[in-house]
Amino acid sequence: MMTQMNMIKALNSALEVQLEKDPNIVIFGEDVGFFGGVFRVTDGLQAKFGEHRVFDSPLAEGGIAAIAMGMGLNGLRPVAEIQFADYIFPAYDQIVNEIAKVRHRSGGEFTAPLTFRTPAGGGIKGGHHHSQSPEAQFTHTPGLKVVYCSTPYNAKGLLTAAIECNDPVIFFEPKRCYRGPFYGDPHNVPTWNDHPDAEVPEGHYIVPMEEARIVREGEACTVIAWGTMVHVCEQAIKDSGIDCELIDLQTLVPWDRDTVVNSIKKTGRCVIVHEAPKTSGFGAEMSASIQERCFYHLEAPITRVTGWDTPFPHTTEWDYMPSPERIAAAIKKTQED
Amino acid sequence: MTERVTATTAPYTIGRPPFRPGEEADFGGKFKEQPGDLNRPDPLSCSAQDTVPHAVGLVRVLNDEGEALGEWDPKLDAETLIQGLEYMMRLRIFDDRMIKMQRTGKLSFYMRSLGEEAIAIAQTMALETQDWIFPSYRQPGAQFVRGRDMVSMICHCIGNTEDNVKGRQMPVHYTWKEGRFISISSPVGTQFSQAVGVAMASAYKGDDEVCISWLGDGTSAQGDYHYALNFASTFKPPVILNVVNNQWAISTHANLATGGRTFAERGLAYDIPSFRVDGNDFLALYSVTKWARQRGAAGLGATHIEVYTYRTGAHSSSDDPSAYRPSEEYKSWPGGDPIERLKNHLIKSDMWDEKRDAALAQKIDDEVMTSYKAACEFGDLASGPYPPASTIFTEVYETVPWHVQEQREELGK
Repeated sequence: MMTQMNMIKALNSALEVQLEKDPNIVIFGEDVGFFGGVFRVTDGLQAKFGEHRVFDSPLAEGGIAAIAMGMGLNGLRPVAEIQFADYIFPAYDQIVNEIAKVRHRSGGEFTAPLTFRTPAGGGIKGGHHHSQSPEAQFTHTPGLKVVYCSTPYNAKGLLTAAIECNDPVIFFEPKRCYRGPFYGDPHNVPTWNDHPDAEVPEGHYIVPMEEARIVREGEACTVIAWGTMVHVCEQAIKDSGIDCELIDLQTLVPWDRDTVVNSIKKTGRCVIVHEAPKTSGFGAEMSASIQERCFYHLEAPITRVTGWDTPFPHTTEWDYMPSPERIAAAIKKTQED
Repeated sequence: MTERVTATTAPYTIGRPPFRPGEEADFGGKFKEQPGDLNRPDPLSCSAQDTVPHAVGLVRVLNDEGEALGEWDPKLDAETLIQGLEYMMRLRIFDDRMIKMQRTGKLSFYMRSLGEEAIAIAQTMALETQDWIFPSYRQPGAQFVRGRDMVSMICHCIGNTEDNVKGRQMPVHYTWKEGRFISISSPVGTQFSQAVGVAMASAYKGDDEVCISWLGDGTSAQGDYHYALNFASTFKPPVILNVVNNQWAISTHANLATGGRTFAERGLAYDIPSFRVDGNDFLALYSVTKWARQRGAAGLGATHIEVYTYRTGAHSSSDDPSAYRPSEEYKSWPGGDPIERLKNHLIKSDMWDEKRDAALAQKIDDEVMTSYKAACEFGDLASGPYPPASTIFTEVYETVPWHVQEQREELGK
C-alpha cells in the first residue's frame, strides 16, 4: 500500500513501523516526546507507544549519546534525535571515542546498536549554528556508519535499515527537504506532492545501506551528491543541457564505490557536490579513491563543488550553498577539450 | 547464569509538566514565600552553608501589594527605579515591533523576552559598566542598560548592510564589544563556563571586573553548566552564574531538567553561595546581584542564582506553545508581570502615575518606530540589500589564507 508522504511523514512512518515491530526500540531526544519534535518527525508516537518508549530528554547531547550507548549495551535499540546536527558536538566524545569503538575495543564482546537521527544542511536561514552539514566529522571515525537521505522514499527505507543495523549509525536528514525537494531556487519551493519519490509504502521496507542510487542515467559526466544537493544537481544537470549520470550516494560509510567507479569508467568525467566545506570534506575522500581506480578512464580532472571553507552565513546563504549555476558551470568545464 | 527477574515496578520515571493543553493551569495563587522571610547575609563573610534557606526558599522584595519589604530592599531612588521601568518597557515594545517585522519576512526569526524583562535589566543595572555580560538569548535587555543604539540592534536582526556581525548570524545573536556583551550562541550553555574563564582572567590581571552569565533551566543539563560551577568552585573567580528557570525549554518542562530539588540548591554542593530569586521582582533581582558583585569584587568567588520565572511567550517565532502547555498558563503564574509589578510599586510609592506611564509608553513607541524606519533604510532580510557576499570569507582567520582567497575569487562577488 503506497501513500504520498513528505519526508517528515516518511521518517515518522519508519519509526512507527519499528516501534511496532521491536519492543526494544526506544526513541528519545530534545522535544521529541509530547511535542513530537521541533520538526514533527516523532509526532504522535508518544501517544501511541507510551512515554517510556518515546520521551523527552534533558537538553544535553553528550548525555543523550551516552545514555543511548548504555541502552544499546544492555539490549535496547535506541533511536535518539539530535535536534540539529550543529548541536551534535557535545556528544562528539561519546560518539567518537566510545560508541564508535566499543565493539572493537571490547574484542567484540560489547556492541551498542543505535541510531542518531539529526537534521542537517542549510537553506532555512539558520546561520552557522542551524545549517552545518558535518558528515565528514563522522566519516573520519572508524566504527560509525553514516547515512544521508534525500527523498521521502529513501528516508524511510534507509532509516529502517539504519535502525536494524547492528552498528551505530549517524543518520542525516536534509531539513531543507523535509517538506519538499529543493532545486536551488529559494523563491520557488515545491512540496513533495506528486513527486515520484514521495510514493512511500506504508509498511516495512528497506533501502539497503551501502548502495548508491542512480537518480538519472547519462553518458557525458557523473555527478555525485547526497542530501539536498541531489535535487540541486538535478536542476543543474537540466540547466547544463549535458547528459549527466546523477548518483545519490545515500550511504557515505561504507560508500558504494563500485557504482561510482563503474559510472565514471563510462562517462570519464566526475563532479562531486556537497554542502559542507571543501577542505577534508567527503568529496576529498571520494576524489582520491576515484582517481586510484579510474585514472586511465578520466577525460577531465575530478571537480568538487562544495560549501566554502568558512562558517555557514545567515543572510548570504545562497552565496554559500552550491547553486545550480555553480554546479552547471563545473559540469560544462568537464566537457572542455 | 541467574534467572532473569522481571521488575514489578514501573519503568523509569518520566518527568511531566504540571499542566497540559486542555487542562486549567493553577499554580496555587500566590507564592507562599514572602518578602522579609529571608535575611540578607553579609556578602563578605557569608558561606555557602549560610545560604541554604535562600537556595530552598525565594528571595523577594516586592510583595503582592507592590510594597518593598525586608532586608533585601535595595532602597533605590525614584530616578533609578523609573529608569529600570523604562528599560523594561522599551524591551517589550521593541520585542513587539520585531515580532511584527518577523511576520512580514523582514527578519528570519525572533525571540522575545516577554515576562522576563526584569532579569537582564535589573541585574545589569546592579553591575558596573566594566563588568562582562555572557548572555543567553533572553538577555538582550542588558544592551539597553549599557546604552546600545536601538538602530544598531535592529540592523543586526534584519541582517542589513549595517549589521555589525555582517549578516553572519541569526537574529537576536547580538554581539557588542563596547558594551562587553559577548555574542549569543545557538548551542546553548557554552557561554556559562566561558564566563568563568573571563572572570579568571580579570582576577589574573587584577582588574575590578565581574562577569555575569545566564542559561536556562533546560540548558542546566548541559555539561557546560556543571563545568562552570566546578571551575568557579575551585578557582573562586568573580563570576555571577544565573540559571533562569522559566519553566520551559521549548516544549521540555523544568521537571525534566531536575529530579526535584531547586536549581539553586545545586550550587550548594559546589560550595557556592546560592539564591533562588523571584525573577519577576525587579528589586529582588537587583539586590541579590549587587550582593553577588560585591562578593565577587572582594575576591570571594562566585555566586549562583536561580532566577525563578515563567516564559510567557513562545520559545521563538518558530514555536507554538499551545501544542504542549495551556495557552493561558502564564496568567496563573504567581510572579505576575515584572513590568506591572514595578509600575505598581512606583505608583504606590507616589513616584509614578498612569498618565506618566502612558506618556512614556508613547515616547518609547515613537522611538522604536523611528529606529525601525532608520534601520530599514539600510535594507532588510525581505528585500535587501545585504552585507556583501565577500563577508563570507573575511574574519574566518586573522588574514585570508590562500585557499579561502581562491574560493572568494571563484564566487566572484
